Amino acid sequence: MQHKNRLRPFFENITFDRDDNELILNFGPQHPSSHGQLRLMLHLQQEQIVKAHPDVGYLHRGMEKMAENMIYNEFMPTTDRMDYIASSSNNYGFALAVEKLIGLEVPRRAKVIRMILLELNRLMSHLFWLATTALDIGAMTVFLYAFREREYLMDLIEDYCGARLTHSAVRIGGVPLDLPSNFLGDLRTFLDKLPANIKDYEDLLDTNRIWQMRMEDVGVVSTEMALSWGCTGPMLRASGVEWDIRKEEPYELYDEVDFDVPWSDKGDNYARYKIYMQEMRESAKILYQVMAMYKGTNTELMAHAPKYVSASKLDIMTQNYSLMQHFVLVTQGMRPPVGEVYIPTESPKGELGFYINSQGGPYPYRLKLRAPSFWHTGILTDLLPGHYIPDVVAIIGTTNIVFGEVDR
Amino acid sequence: MRAYTPKDDVQKKAYYTDRYWVAPMVPKSAVSDDEIFTADLEAIKAKFEVSDAYIQVEQMVVFINPDDLYGVLELLKNECEYTQLTELSAIDWLAEKGQFELFYQMLSMNKRKRIRVKFFIEENQAVESVEKLFRSADWSEREMYDMFGIKINNHPFMKRILMPDDWEGFPLRKTYPLQGDEFAAWYEVDKIFGKEARDVIGPEIRDSAAIDRYDTQRFSHLGHEVPYGADISEGEPEESPRMQEEEGVFMIEKFNEEDSVVISDRNR
Repeated sequence: MQHKNRLRPFFENITFDRDDNELILNFGPQHPSSHGQLRLMLHLQQEQIVKAHPDVGYLHRGMEKMAENMIYNEFMPTTDRMDYIASSSNNYGFALAVEKLIGLEVPRRAKVIRMILLELNRLMSHLFWLATTALDIGAMTVFLYAFREREYLMDLIEDYCGARLTHSAVRIGGVPLDLPSNFLGDLRTFLDKLPANIKDYEDLLDTNRIWQMRMEDVGVVSTEMALSWGCTGPMLRASGVEWDIRKEEPYELYDEVDFDVPWSDKGDNYARYKIYMQEMRESAKILYQVMAMYKGTNTELMAHAPKYVSASKLDIMTQNYSLMQHFVLVTQGMRPPVGEVYIPTESPKGELGFYINSQGGPYPYRLKLRAPSFWHTGILTDLLPGHYIPDVVAIIGTTNIVFGEVDR
Repeated sequence: MRAYTPKDDVQKKAYYTDRYWVAPMVPKSAVSDDEIFTADLEAIKAKFEVSDAYIQVEQMVVFINPDDLYGVLELLKNECEYTQLTELSAIDWLAEKGQFELFYQMLSMNKRKRIRVKFFIEENQAVESVEKLFRSADWSEREMYDMFGIKINNHPFMKRILMPDDWEGFPLRKTYPLQGDEFAAWYEVDKIFGKEARDVIGPEIRDSAAIDRYDTQRFSHLGHEVPYGADISEGEPEESPRMQEEEGVFMIEKFNEEDSVVISDRNR
């Protein structure tokens, strides 16, 4: 039987004039430069926006609900699907929150590997940002160049964990694998080339007239606005606040490495662009230092905490008690202590926080994912009015929102 | 008789817990251990009632009265330099206490400190919006309403944010099943085909692990392959459809195994 489709078409890209000459434009949710499923209802006077309503939720999968029904380790692959451009940073944020809840200390080699993964993810994310934003603005060449470098990084990550996009490369209590033998060499090859590559992008964009016109003095976020809207990461640093969680509340080995936090007080698209470029250089700087640390570490990869973390494969296969514990941890899951934590980390997009409320059971009682992009989308409400239609694309581009983490 | 399962918390529970097992606690320390937190707490206590305060995992937790929310956050913002409202949300304790626990996570960049302001509200009690202090609360409060049904007073644009506007039920409540309730199962059917098509179409299967072996449109039956959409309710056909591998790959029709050569030298 053929059913009549009841979905009446929306007024797609509505153009109905009102008495006051205001026009309402429906931007998205399927728009090539809305970076996912963002729908914007724009009230226009001619081409100028007077009111903007971002509408999100098209990618809502209920991760917080899922987390309440999963044991802690089971949830790890789900975190990949938040900011899927840099999934290890989500894995890490979750692992760190659970480790703080338990009070686990991670072996040094695992820390080094995590640092490498985090910075690789930052590079991947920033390169992806550069590529897509430049493409939105019309610079095809940069897209191709940046994706070439990102491809190399994805291959590196694939060498490490076998996955390219959804890594799940971090475990609660450490990392699952040691670096493959060729990894550091390949990484060094890449890093040695990176400054020249970044210079290439900048040569293409920095003084490009079109780029400047689209970026300079467009989408200015004032310091008060950025703070009030809960902006973090490059969004906040471009608006005159020198705040990087890696520097101010260091986790992992960030207090042992030397790096600078680029910031600007301009607050416009161009400032954000420059910050992304500079952060790539800083990431490379961190990676060089972390690579040097790797040699001095012993081979331990997972913390020794039988109540929470499975023993090594060797122990599980040879020792009865380790096998029993592993069985319980896999079938029933670990039971962290009763209490709550909120642990922020600096993901490529901003402050990624995990709030976990544990009641001593194998399932979190409440898990709140604090994703930076959520507020970076919200700020569009206040940021877009006054701008023109073409600026919308440029502004969405530089806010660097990813809908996996807006909608969760 | 079937065992009674309480309907006030349908989330997954541990199926076995050792009878002697006592859950350890995440250590708490007194606020007086930290000078900055002590000063902040004094500032709050001077004007508002604080029922409990402690430090857990390097962050101060302060319990206040729900009515004081706006005042406390205003004080923290203007006098204690807590310039950012990082996050706010609720925890559902309806099954245990009939209450929601709300937490407001604040950050002071100058002091490099984070505190969590918490309080309990009754199920139908509304809270004051702090959107005028922190614009970030605009979306957070909408999300909190969307997920828990907590009403916010004086919010400029109170509407669901993640779920559809005409959704019924509040997904993050403990009474709400993981796969959605009955409303969720009929939502898309009603929306797309209309209520009268319910009998024909049936409810949406929202269990992602559900497998219907007679549904030949979605799953291949490994080893018992049948054509797409075939009706196998009367039993499967004796012979399964032929595989292309059995007759050779269609692109390489003239391939003859005897004539072929195996190259051993890769660099030849």
